Amino acid sequence: MTSVPVTTEKAPTGVVRRFLSRRASWVPVFAAVVLLVVIFAAAQAYFGNILTPRVISALLLDNAYLFILAVGMTFVILTGGIDLSVGAVMAFTGMFGASLMRDGMPSAAVVPIMLLLGAAFGLAIGVLVQYFDVQPFIASLAAMFAARGLAFMVSLDSIKVEDGAILWLQSTRLQAGVGSWYITPTGIIALLVVLVGALVLAFTRFGRTIYAIGGSEQSARLMGLPVVRTKLLAYVVSGVCAGLAGVVFTAYTGASYPLNGIGTELDTIAAVVIGGTLLTGGSGYVVGSMIGVFVYGTIKTVISFLGADQSWTRISIGALLLMFVVVQRVIVARSNRR
Amino acid sequence: MAADTEARPIAQMRGITIEFPGVKALDGVDLTLRGGEVHTLMGENGAGKSTLIKALTGVYPIDAGTIVVEGTPRTFRGTSDAQAAGISTVYQEVNLCTNLSVGENVMLGHEVRGPFGIDWKSTHREAERHLEGLGVRIDTRSLLAAHSIAVQQLVAISRAMVTDSRVLVLDEPTSSLDRGEVDQLFGVIRGLRDRGVAILFVTHFLDQVYEISDRLTVLRNGALVGEYPVAELPRAELIAKMIGRELDEFAAISRSADREIDRGGDPVIRATGIGRRGVLEPADVEVYDGEVVGIAGLLGSGRTELVRLLYGADRADAGRVEVRGRPARITNPRHAIDRRIAFSSEDRRAEGIVGDLTVAENIVLGIQAKRGALRKLRKAEQDAIVEEYIQALGVRPANPNALIRNLSGGNQQKVLLARWLATAPQLIILDEPTRGIDVGAKADIQRKVAELSEQGLGVVFISSELEEVVRIAQRIVVMRDRRKIGELTSHDTDVDDLVAFIAEEHDTQESPESVA
Repeated sequence: MTSVPVTTEKAPTGVVRRFLSRRASWVPVFAAVVLLVVIFAAAQAYFGNILTPRVISALLLDNAYLFILAVGMTFVILTGGIDLSVGAVMAFTGMFGASLMRDGMPSAAVVPIMLLLGAAFGLAIGVLVQYFDVQPFIASLAAMFAARGLAFMVSLDSIKVEDGAILWLQSTRLQAGVGSWYITPTGIIALLVVLVGALVLAFTRFGRTIYAIGGSEQSARLMGLPVVRTKLLAYVVSGVCAGLAGVVFTAYTGASYPLNGIGTELDTIAAVVIGGTLLTGGSGYVVGSMIGVFVYGTIKTVISFLGADQSWTRISIGALLLMFVVVQRVIVARSNRR
Repeated sequence: MAADTEARPIAQMRGITIEFPGVKALDGVDLTLRGGEVHTLMGENGAGKSTLIKALTGVYPIDAGTIVVEGTPRTFRGTSDAQAAGISTVYQEVNLCTNLSVGENVMLGHEVRGPFGIDWKSTHREAERHLEGLGVRIDTRSLLAAHSIAVQQLVAISRAMVTDSRVLVLDEPTSSLDRGEVDQLFGVIRGLRDRGVAILFVTHFLDQVYEISDRLTVLRNGALVGEYPVAELPRAELIAKMIGRELDEFAAISRSADREIDRGGDPVIRATGIGRRGVLEPADVEVYDGEVVGIAGLLGSGRTELVRLLYGADRADAGRVEVRGRPARITNPRHAIDRRIAFSSEDRRAEGIVGDLTVAENIVLGIQAKRGALRKLRKAEQDAIVEEYIQALGVRPANPNALIRNLSGGNQQKVLLARWLATAPQLIILDEPTRGIDVGAKADIQRKVAELSEQGLGVVFISSELEEVVRIAQRIVVMRDRRKIGELTSHDTDVDDLVAFIAEEHDTQESPESVA
């Protein structure tokens, strides 16, 4: 063989530089963690009683549906897409499931139906995006209107849920450790979804293809990766998560109401972005999205402690979102310059 | 070293035909790639090189023809089919994912998997092994974005080796590499060739063709010209085969430059002391009927700035302009158009063509804009105009309904020229009309310009290629450092004189960047 000149580029020395050269995309996640710690510290200093097991446990309980939605949304945003339908799909699957249970169907049959319904919405969006070349924004907006309308078709009024298994998901307080730490089955479901989502993204070809598509869809296609299948599947994941969130939210409120989850899709996107996922795709982590939901939930809690109007939650989230998006732009601009 | 005997064919393409809406991009082209051989694909812009590569790698479906890989006929429905058949490609713009690690880019889709999903440790070890096979030792866990294009290219080649490719396609891999990086890449290519890989190489650099390849295939206008062993094809012959006509076509054009111009009456345009602070020092320019005035100078010397002031695209803050002896105020392109002055910008894509419209629509655009939207041209009138200019300029394909973005750069330029000519101007300003287009289209455009000036049109012609300016213009305005430094008649000027003229007085200038 002809002698080949050798290119050697040594890994940067020093822990920090080495970390940055390998794991720069975790930096926004750490920013979100720092933010969360700062909010907790400030609130603890002000109120003196916010860092209690009860309050922290309630954070997970109150936002279980949002954790689940955020995981699905992370898959979609990582491909460079967006899914605006999740709030409405959550409401519709909740309404449909509640009506089936009111008519006497057992929850063991209803829950799979709700998940399948969510998957169908995701698939429909994916097909529109992939085969009809519709912008994800528009495709999922159409699905959002459709799902919201269907929720009203089921019933204009709230439907009470009396199924024991569904109510058990919410009402069971499992003691966790000492003191008043507790966790509900809905909380466990949420944490499981986060765990599975994180593992799928890190350790499966499907997960890695999602990152590749977000980095450059054309490159992914030219590398021979299954782009079409993967993108469809990302929207299906988001749809299934929306269906599961429908189950969890129905359990949480003990009833379904067609106006549930209005604006939730935007809360979800905000949480995902604050958690360090780039809206352009290709960079971000499910764990980050979980932190983002914690930030969102904590702000909500702090504001109710203050006794202020909940519109302040929206205002703070808006400000944070703006800040994080600007930070992301700076990061992207810097990496482009290299 | 290179196989002297006929090596075994690995991939054979026969009679490949691909049509795009309105354009026949490839017409019955053959290509044979043999193991242990570097095969170069040559042709001008728009000859069909990229289309042929995309057919071989499964990006475009073929309309007719066969692809046989290792004796098996294949139909590629996508790049993954081609990769499964052992054909991998490294594109000019390196199609990898810069948001992922080096190792992952090498192994994507072929990661080592254990019982719990991807085994990252083994995956990176495997990536390291493949990279070292090409003499690259880098941290496979670092982000790809942190590495140079040259390294990224080697990563892309490693990726091809993971799939155990029998055919490696390199699409203009050297266009953004420096000499040292090219040497390293060539070392890698030779190593792969000696391992029996068939390599298809595309480049615009003739030196590199003769340095690395064993055999070459020449395409022209989507058709096959022939396949030749490199050793038997001298450069001049290769160029002649690529452009398909003798270079002395240009000679006829240059005779036109020696024409006598009648400068008796009022010029079409006379600008006196036209300038703009910080952009251009006051300069005088005049253009007579039937005259081609060339503007020569280096990039950034003020050539474009001068004509933009003439046209009103930028506003002059000094000087007077007369059109046919009458004072004119041109502060806006509209004023210039009303006085039948046309301007074709140097930025063809951004300021010229409308990519999603057809050739016909692009041609009619100028004349329709001039008439105003309310006085729509009748269809028959439009067709007549379009037909006339497609014929006159030799636009290929000669299909008025082809989308202009599917045309090569040279043909897009012809359509732009047609657009302005259709408005019947008395003066046309052409800023770099021949940049980035092939020699054939260059000759067509220059011939047309010469012909039009003989019929009485005034022309201002800007080009970085001094030879072109000398050939086509009767008078040359020379610019330097945003200042007009003089005027030459091309009658008694050649390129060397012009270079000397640009360089003299101050010797701070470097040599002209382009003397074709």
